[in-house]
Amino acid sequence: MGKVARFILRRKGGQGWHWTDIVTWFWLVGGLIIMFGPAIWLVFSSLKTPAALAEFPPSILPYVTQQVTVEGHDKPLMLYNAKMPDGSTRVLAEVRRIGLVAQMVDPKAPAEIVRVNINDRTPVRTMSFATENYTQPFVHFDFLRYLWNSVFVTVVATLITLVVNSMAAFALSKYEFKGRSIAMLVILATLMVPLSVIMVPLYSIISTLGLFNSLWGVILPTVATPTGVFILRQYMLTIPDELIDAARMDKASEWQIYWRIVLPLTAPALAVLAIFSVVWRWNDFLWPLIVLSRRELYTLQVGLSIYSGELNVQWHFILAMTVVTMIPVVLVFIFLQRFITTGIAGTGLK
Amino acid sequence: MTTPSLSAILMAPVNAVMRMIDVPLRRLQKATGIGGMAAFFLAPNMLIFGVFVLLPLVINFVYSMTGGTAFFLSERDFIGGQQYSRLFQCQNYLDPMSCQEDAFWTAVGNTFWFVLLQVSLMILTALITALILNRELAARSFWRAVFFFPVLLSPVVVGLIWKWILQRQGLLNFGLYQFGLDPYTWLTDRNWTFAATIGVSLWAHMGFYALIILAGLQAIPKDLYEAAEMDGTKPARVFWRITLPLLAPNLLVVVVLALIKSVQVFDEIYVLTGGGPGTSTLFLTQYIYETGFASALRNPGLAAAASILMGGVLVVLTLIQLGIGKRGENKGKR
Amino acid sequence: MGEIKLTDVKKSFGAVTVLKDINLHIEDGEFVVFVGPSGCGKSTLLRTIAGLEKITGGEIAIDGKRVNDVTAADRGLAMVFQSYALYPHMSVRQNLAFGLENSNMPKAEITERINEAARMLEIEAYMDRRPGQLSGGQRQRVAIGRAIVRRPTAFLLDEPLSNLDAELRVSTRAELAALHVRLGSTMIYVTHDQVEAMTLAHRIVVMRAGTIEQVGTPLELYNKPANRFVAGFIGAPHMNFLKADVVAVSAGVVTLAFAGGYRGELQIGQAKLHVGEKVTVGVRPQHLIVSDDPQHPTVKIYLVEALGSETVVHGDLGGEKVLAVLPGQQRLNAGDTVRFDLSKPVLHVFDDNGLRLFTHPGQEG
Ligand SMILES: Nc1ncnc2c1ncn2[C@@H]1O[C@H](COP(=O)(O)OP(=O)(O)OP(=O)(O)O)[C@@H](O)[C@H]1O
Ligand SMILES: [Mg+2]
Repeated sequence: MGKVARFILRRKGGQGWHWTDIVTWFWLVGGLIIMFGPAIWLVFSSLKTPAALAEFPPSILPYVTQQVTVEGHDKPLMLYNAKMPDGSTRVLAEVRRIGLVAQMVDPKAPAEIVRVNINDRTPVRTMSFATENYTQPFVHFDFLRYLWNSVFVTVVATLITLVVNSMAAFALSKYEFKGRSIAMLVILATLMVPLSVIMVPLYSIISTLGLFNSLWGVILPTVATPTGVFILRQYMLTIPDELIDAARMDKASEWQIYWRIVLPLTAPALAVLAIFSVVWRWNDFLWPLIVLSRRELYTLQVGLSIYSGELNVQWHFILAMTVVTMIPVVLVFIFLQRFITTGIAGTGLK
Repeated sequence: MTTPSLSAILMAPVNAVMRMIDVPLRRLQKATGIGGMAAFFLAPNMLIFGVFVLLPLVINFVYSMTGGTAFFLSERDFIGGQQYSRLFQCQNYLDPMSCQEDAFWTAVGNTFWFVLLQVSLMILTALITALILNRELAARSFWRAVFFFPVLLSPVVVGLIWKWILQRQGLLNFGLYQFGLDPYTWLTDRNWTFAATIGVSLWAHMGFYALIILAGLQAIPKDLYEAAEMDGTKPARVFWRITLPLLAPNLLVVVVLALIKSVQVFDEIYVLTGGGPGTSTLFLTQYIYETGFASALRNPGLAAAASILMGGVLVVLTLIQLGIGKRGENKGKR
Repeated sequence: MGEIKLTDVKKSFGAVTVLKDINLHIEDGEFVVFVGPSGCGKSTLLRTIAGLEKITGGEIAIDGKRVNDVTAADRGLAMVFQSYALYPHMSVRQNLAFGLENSNMPKAEITERINEAARMLEIEAYMDRRPGQLSGGQRQRVAIGRAIVRRPTAFLLDEPLSNLDAELRVSTRAELAALHVRLGSTMIYVTHDQVEAMTLAHRIVVMRAGTIEQVGTPLELYNKPANRFVAGFIGAPHMNFLKADVVAVSAGVVTLAFAGGYRGELQIGQAKLHVGEKVTVGVRPQHLIVSDDPQHPTVKIYLVEALGSETVVHGDLGGEKVLAVLPGQQRLNAGDTVRFDLSKPVLHVFDDNGLRLFTHPGQEG
C-alpha cells in the first residue's frame, strides 16, 4: 500500500512539494470527480424507484423503504425502526400519521396500535435496484424500436462510410488524373460546411428524394466525410506504388487491387475511421431530429430528448435509457480509447 | 492444405460478392481504361458530396431569397433580399428587442457572449489540463482518459446528465444542502442557466482540446527543457519563454477550432435548457432550426438567410485556421 | 516466344522527356541487360515494355504484335521489382497464386505450378509464411517465383538483386543465370552493377539520359566501346582518359602529343584524322604496365591501394588523373614517380564529341 502511494505521489526530482505539485493533484483529483462523478451519479440514479428519485436529500445509492402487508390493511405499509420510550427499538409498520405522532403497528401483532413521535422513527431501508426502469421502456414504450433504429443507422452508415471514403481515398492517392486537385479542394471545402449552415436546403433535398421520415435520410448525408477521406488517403499514400504495379502485372483488375490489396493494407486506418464513425453516428442528434418525425423511426437520441421534453418527465425511465444510450460509447471508450486519442492527436479532428 | 480460419469463413460470402462485382467492373475498365476507373472510385463520394453538401450550399442562397412557408422551392416566391433586410431591420442597433427579428438578434447576442466566455475558459482549462498531463505523472494515460471521457458522450446524454444534476432534487442542491445552504432551481434562473450552458459545454469538450494541446506540448523537443534546466531557468520563465512560444501555432489552431465549434453550439444546450428560460440560452443554430422547422410560423427563407450569415462567419474562421495550418507547415519545413 | 521490338519509343512525363526514340530488338530467349547512370530512364523503359507506363510515341511489339494499347495484364509478361513488391498481407503461397487466380486458372493447375516453382527455387519450407517473416534473400526468391509461375513470354527484372548483401548477390546472380538457361525465356534485366551486366547478359544496352548509347555483347562493349561514355561506363575501375593533340598523320599511323610531353605513335586503321585535332585517348587501368624506358611518360603516385592479388595505383600524368591496376604486390609508395608504358596497351581514341575514332590494337604481353 505504501509503495503504491509513493508511486502515485512520486514527484519530479523527488524533492519536497512544489506548489505545482499541489496544483497538479488538486486538478487531477478534482477532474476525476467532476468528469466521472456526473456519469456515476446518473447510473446510480437510474437504479432508483420513482419514490426514491423524488426524495430530498437524495441518497447516493438506490435505497427503498421496506413495506409489509399487514392484516386488516389493504395497502402495504412502510416499515420503520421506532425508538421506544424505554430505549429499545422495534420494527413497526406505520398506519397513519397525525401531526407529530405516528400510529404504528407491529406486523406480527396488528391489533395493538403504538404511538411514536415521528422524530423517533427511521425508515427501514434496503438496497434495491429498480431494474424495471430498464425493462419497462423496452416493453411498454418504443425504446426497443429506437435502439434498433440507432443500431441500424450506426452500422449501415459506418459500413457505407468505410466503402465510399476508402474508394475515394484510393482514387486520390493512387491515380494521377486531371481533376485530382479539384476533387481534393472540393472535399476540403466541405469541411467548412457544417450541418447548421445547410439544414434548410438539405431538408428540402431529402424531402425531394423521398427520404423524409426514412432512416436512409439520416444515413446518406453523413457518409461522405472529408475527415474519413483524409485519414484514409494519408494512410494509403504510405502503401508503395510498386505493390499496385505488381498486382497489375498479376492481371488484377483495378477493383481487385482496391479490394484485395489496398483495403487489407489500410486496415489500421479503417479501424480508426470505423470507431470515429460509430461514435459520430450513434451520437447524431440535430439531423435525425429534423428528418424523423414519426415516433417509430426515432433514434435513441431523438427518442430520449423528446421524452425528456415532455411535461411530466418520467425521470426513472429517462435516466435508465440515458445509461443505455451511453453504454456503447463507454465500451468504445474503455476498449478503444487509445486508438481515438492517437487518432485525434494525429488529425486534430473529432 | 491449411484449415480455413474463422475470418476466412466469414469473408467468403463477401469475397464472392466482390468477385461478382468484379465481372462488370472489368468490362468497365476495358472500356474506360485505368484512368476511367479512378473516376469510378471517386464517383460515389463526389455524388454524395454533390447532392448533400454542394447542392444544398447553392440552394441555400436561392432559399434565402424566397418567401412563404412552403418547403419545395417551386412553390416559393422570389422576394430578393427581403429576408436579409428583415433580419437587419432594427430601430436601434444596440437593442435587440427593437429589431423586427428580435429572436435572431437575441440569439446572435447570446451566441456572441457564449463564444467569448466559453472559448476563453475552454482554452484556459484545456491548457492547464494539458500542461498537467504533460508532467511526469504516474498512470498518465489513465489521467488523460479521465479528462477525455465526456468527449465521446452524446450531446443528448450530456444534456440529460446535467439536467438531472441541476434540477431541484439534484446533486448540486444536495451538495449545497450538505453545507447548510438552500436548494435553488438553477434552470429557471436566466443567468445561472447561461452559466450552466458554458459549464456543461466546457465539461463535454474540454478533454478534446486538452488532447490536441497535449500533442502540441509533446512535440516540443525535450532537449530544450533540459538545456533550460542546465541553465537553472525558473519553471515560470520556462513556460513563458519556451513552452508558450513553441506552442503558439498549435494553440492558435485550437482557438480557431474551438471558435468554429462554439459558434455552432446546439445539441447539448437544446436538451439541457431548450433555449430557456425565456430566450436566455437561445443560440444561433437553435434559432435557425426553430425558424426553419419547429415553430408554428416556420419561415425556411429566413432560416436560410440566417444560416448563410452564420456560414460566412464560419468560412472566415476556417480560412484563418487553414492559413495558420499552412504557415505552421511551412515553418516545419524550414 | 518472347521477341520484343521497340521502334522510336518515346516517353515524357508532362514537359519532361524521359525516353527519346528508343529502338531495340530483343530476340526470343535472349538475356538483355539495361545499364546506365541513375535517372537515365532504365526503369521507365522497362515499365513501358511492361505496360505500366503508356508511351507517348513509337511502337512496342511483342512477337510481332503491336501492344501499345494492350494493358499490362494482357501482355503476358512478368516483372520482378526492386522492392520485391510482395503482398504483405498474403502468405507466400497466396502471393504466388494471386496472379494465376486472376486468370481463372483451375485450382489443380495453380497448385501444381506453385509446387513446381517452390521446388525449383527451394522455397517450399516457408510457403505459409508472410513476406514480413522472411529474410531479404528469401523474399527475393518469392518475388522471382511469383514471376515464374506465370510462365510469361518474358521476364522483366528491375534491379532485383540490389537489396541483397554482396555475398548473396553473387550466388543469386549465378542462380539467375542457371534459371535463364533452364527456362529459356526472354529476360530483360535492369541494373546499376556492371559486373552483373557483364556476367549475365547476352547483350547489354547502355543508356544515358533517355537514349541508347550502345547495344552489344559484353565483350563488344568492352573491346569496342562506341563512345567515351560507354568506354567509361563499362569496365571497373573506369577507363583512364588522357587528352592528346594530333601532331602528325601518315599512312596508317598517327602521332599524338600527350600532356606532359610524351609522344606516341598509334595505328589508325581506316580512320581519318588531321593535324591539330584534339582527341581523347582511353586506356584501361588493367592495361597499364610499369616501364623503365625514359621515353615513357612519368606518373607521380599519390595513393597506393594494395589489395593483395593486385595493386591499385592512383597517379598524376601531366596534370591528369590516371589509375592503374597492377598485377600482384608492387613495391610502390605514395610520392614515388614511375613510368607507364603507353605503347603496348590497347588504346581507344575518341574525337571531340566523344565518338570512338579507332582502337589501337596494342601488343600482347
Ligand atoms: N512518374 C514520373 N513523373 C515524372 N518524372 C518521372 C516519373 N518517373 C520517372 N521520372 C523521371 O524519369 C527519369 C528516369 O527515371 P527512371 O526511374 O527510369 O530512372 P532509372 O534509370 O531507373 O534510375 P535508377 O537507376 O536510379 O533506378 C528520372 O529523371 C525521373 O525523375
Ligand atoms: Mg530504376
